[in-house]
Amino acid sequence: MHATVTFTVLILIVVGAVVLVASGIWWLTPLASNWGDIDAALLITLAVIGIAFVVLNLFLAYVVWRYRHREQGRAHFWPDDTRLEKLLIGITALGIVVLLAPGLFVYSKFIQPPQDAMVIEVLGEQWRWSYRYPGPDGKLGRANPKLISPKNLFGVDLTDPAAQDDVLSYSELHLPVNQPVLLEIRAKDVLHSFFIPNFRAKMDAVPGMVTRYWFTPTVEGKFQAVCAELCGIGHHRMQSPVISERPENFQQWLAKQPTVAATVKP
Amino acid sequence: MPHDGPQSFWTKYIFSQDHKTIAIQYTITALLVGLFGLVLSWLLRAQLGFPGSFQFLNPGSYYQILTQHGMIMIVYMLTAILLGGFGNYLIPLMVGARDMAFPFLNMLSYWVYFLSVIVLMAAFLVPGGPTGAGWTLYPPLSALPNAAPGSGWGIKLMLISLVIFIAAATMGGLNYVTTVLQFRTRGMTLMRMPLSVWGIFIASVMALLAFPVLFVGGVMLLLDNVLGTSFFIPAVTLFGQQLPREGGNPLLFQHLFWYFGHPEVYIVVLPAMGIASDLISTHARKPIFGYTAMVIALAAIATIGFIVWAHHMFVSGMNPYFGFFFAVSTLIIAIPSAVKVYNWLLTLWKGNIHFTVPMLFGIGWISTFIIGGLTGLPLGNVIADVPLHDTYFVVGHFHLVMGVAALMAIFGGIYHWFPKVTGRMLNETLGKLHFWVTFVGSYMIFFPMFLMGIVGVPRRYFDFNVLQYLPPQTGGLNLFITIAALTVGVAQLLFLGNLIWSAMKGKRADANPWRAATLEWQTPATPPAHGNWGEQVPTVHRWAYDYSVPGAAQDFIPQNVARTSDPSPVAHPQERGAQRAG
Amino acid sequence: MKEGTLNGRDGYREPSHISTGQVGLWLFLAVATMLFAALLSAYIVRMGQSDWHPFPKPGLLWFNTGVLLLSSVSLRWASSALRQGNQKRAQLGFVAGTTLSVLFLIGQIWSWSVLQQLGYFLNTNPSSSFFYVLTAIHGLHLLGGLIVALWAARNTERLRLFVMYWHFLTIVWVVLLGLIVLT
Repeated sequence: MHATVTFTVLILIVVGAVVLVASGIWWLTPLASNWGDIDAALLITLAVIGIAFVVLNLFLAYVVWRYRHREQGRAHFWPDDTRLEKLLIGITALGIVVLLAPGLFVYSKFIQPPQDAMVIEVLGEQWRWSYRYPGPDGKLGRANPKLISPKNLFGVDLTDPAAQDDVLSYSELHLPVNQPVLLEIRAKDVLHSFFIPNFRAKMDAVPGMVTRYWFTPTVEGKFQAVCAELCGIGHHRMQSPVISERPENFQQWLAKQPTVAATVKP
Repeated sequence: MPHDGPQSFWTKYIFSQDHKTIAIQYTITALLVGLFGLVLSWLLRAQLGFPGSFQFLNPGSYYQILTQHGMIMIVYMLTAILLGGFGNYLIPLMVGARDMAFPFLNMLSYWVYFLSVIVLMAAFLVPGGPTGAGWTLYPPLSALPNAAPGSGWGIKLMLISLVIFIAAATMGGLNYVTTVLQFRTRGMTLMRMPLSVWGIFIASVMALLAFPVLFVGGVMLLLDNVLGTSFFIPAVTLFGQQLPREGGNPLLFQHLFWYFGHPEVYIVVLPAMGIASDLISTHARKPIFGYTAMVIALAAIATIGFIVWAHHMFVSGMNPYFGFFFAVSTLIIAIPSAVKVYNWLLTLWKGNIHFTVPMLFGIGWISTFIIGGLTGLPLGNVIADVPLHDTYFVVGHFHLVMGVAALMAIFGGIYHWFPKVTGRMLNETLGKLHFWVTFVGSYMIFFPMFLMGIVGVPRRYFDFNVLQYLPPQTGGLNLFITIAALTVGVAQLLFLGNLIWSAMKGKRADANPWRAATLEWQTPATPPAHGNWGEQVPTVHRWAYDYSVPGAAQDFIPQNVARTSDPSPVAHPQERGAQRAG
Repeated sequence: MKEGTLNGRDGYREPSHISTGQVGLWLFLAVATMLFAALLSAYIVRMGQSDWHPFPKPGLLWFNTGVLLLSSVSLRWASSALRQGNQKRAQLGFVAGTTLSVLFLIGQIWSWSVLQQLGYFLNTNPSSSFFYVLTAIHGLHLLGGLIVALWAARNTERLRLFVMYWHFLTIVWVVLLGLIVLT
């Protein structure tokens, strides 16, 4: 009786898992960046482990039902089979290569930003994100956490000529579509993590250092950046709109934002 | 008999140096601490299933409960029950010793552990409450004043408690390892030890090497918090105020933490693997398949387990080129882990499976370890970790692999050894109910979390209101998970009730009710007396898995039965070489 | 091994010249090695940051080091005397060794007060923070050893293990001192 129950429950778990995944209600958000490769690497990995999950659990279900205790039954004395073990190790290693090789290939692209990427600074603090764009000179001015004050929220070093034309945004991240972007991420106080699900990428913001990642927004629209590293009681509210728009709209928006020269006083 | 002699109540039950009493003390304490951790998880699920319905659940208390739930379950429950509970009870009995190598140190280990629990619990009573900086205690959040809830007394007590726990774990670990190395009885070669002992032994070695690193991180964090040093704290501006700190490196703490933290996963999983192996073999009446491979796999997991720690830090801001190394080392660990899964399945193959409660938990272990282990692969495959890191995918993964799976082995082990410990059987009907609710319920709780993680729901969120990209059915899903979690919780109360009732009123047990071959079932008395073995310690003649030996009268031959009485020459695969059969 | 029966093991024993106490001690030395290795790695990582400023090293440290080396040597002397059955010499060596160890600890605490007079406190700079932490953790290991010293004094086997532990702590101190002085 228990063999049948165990068999049925294991089958139902596999079916239930497959149905829940196949329903598609909860799956990746629509991709809005160049990181289709990340999706591909992720999906290959999920496919490999999905197959292993189904096969192993179905095998388990079959075995517990087929070899349930019977009157006068006796187990088969079978302590070892080196050849079979080597075969299974080989199959496992193959599966791992299949999912790891493309993963490492995509990762090497992920950590090498293109030369023409536009640099934008992301600053995390309890509990909001703000942004700094390079002005017409295309360069972000130096910053120093020791210079942070109520009048200089980014800690911009005003002695750096490249800093004067930097543009500040305290609420929204606007991005020109199809332009590679390199985010330089800082934090003022504690760890945060800058995560835009539709773009697939995330990276921790760490006080005392600058962290980076790059992407190219490929779809116009409004998305959301959230915080993915516990940062105190406002962690779950720490978010920011991300607007990917045509370059001319982006330039218009940027022109309306305050510059360092206009707002930051020593 | 060196152990006879008058014993007062105090030396027999409280300050006992008998490994069996210490094991029971460890187990009861860890179960009570676990019950507390379970109740904390209900509160978390209450908030997520019914957001805003409970006044006392605000972001501050939520993050405190979250932090304490994690720390309590991983360190004070799982580690304590597997090493302190199972390790203490099983090692001397399974290797044929009268007690541990250092009984006094063993007693001290329990009482120091008890003290660490008291300090841990005291944090709930101090002003500001326990720390809410997450169980990983990442600075600067954990170290700075007022950055997180419980940043006053809470974090200090947490770190002090951890330092005390590490002292307890070290005393215990020295005992477990020394006893296995020095106190094995005649004939008990290393390669004749049951896999439970192997798992606990290797995990204890790992604990001895990993906990000191947490100790260092903890002490430095405590100084950063109390005395304003800058080990981990760079120049920061908190609430608009510059703090007089400079130059510290938050990633340094993460490296120290995970150098301990990842081995810690295996400190929990390896004993569970060993216990599950013995449950599956005994109740399927079949030798464990590929014993040598199982031992090698345990050792391989432990060794490689020390060079994978930074896979917890793929998006931490560390040098991105480390990602290649740690992704490869992490996925290599999947191979010995997979070998173990195959060997459990092949142990069941052509077995004679008795659907006892321990067997059910053994089957539950295999299934939950499969899903929990497999979902580690995307997280180890560095680029796939980028979208999944710190989402609910991670929550589902680690709860299944080191929470539910480990508990399957622990529960199975308790149902299995309870008759030896108490001389009474646990109630089987309640046991089966406990198993089915826990097993099915755990899938219902944690499987949906994988999908939420793929959507991109970050973990450690008090509510999901701000997330604009969630499907509308997500509220319903959270309610479903909460109901499943509360149901599974009730089943655990049933289990505790069964323990108490059966210890007093349960059916009397035979000395060897499961007809098992390992030494602990061959003691002259049940429960075993002080000194375990009566006049003479047993002599071991064979490995631990002589089940269903062809030609043997019974379907098991205890380890202390001499070889000459074998009806058949095929009894010890190590000695006659691997036998191939179809 | 006599302790074996006391600790619950009787009957047969695999032929081995390693005592249980020795195995336990080696394991503990492995634990302590991990502890100091973790501290040293943290030290080296933290040293690389720009805010690291060396502090003046009190000359007293060299004196302390000499005292600790002497204490290790006299304990070694005591241990071999005890093995040869020379109780009197063993006693002398033991008293000298433990006294010198206490002197070392006093010297270490003195070096803290020297530093504090120079204005270097625990939280002044990571270099001084590490100095206090390293010396304190090393000192606590010695202090713990001194607490069990009397238990070890009269037993050949225990004294041998005790001396091994002392040599270990001496070597650890020399390594720590090298790092502290060089950076």
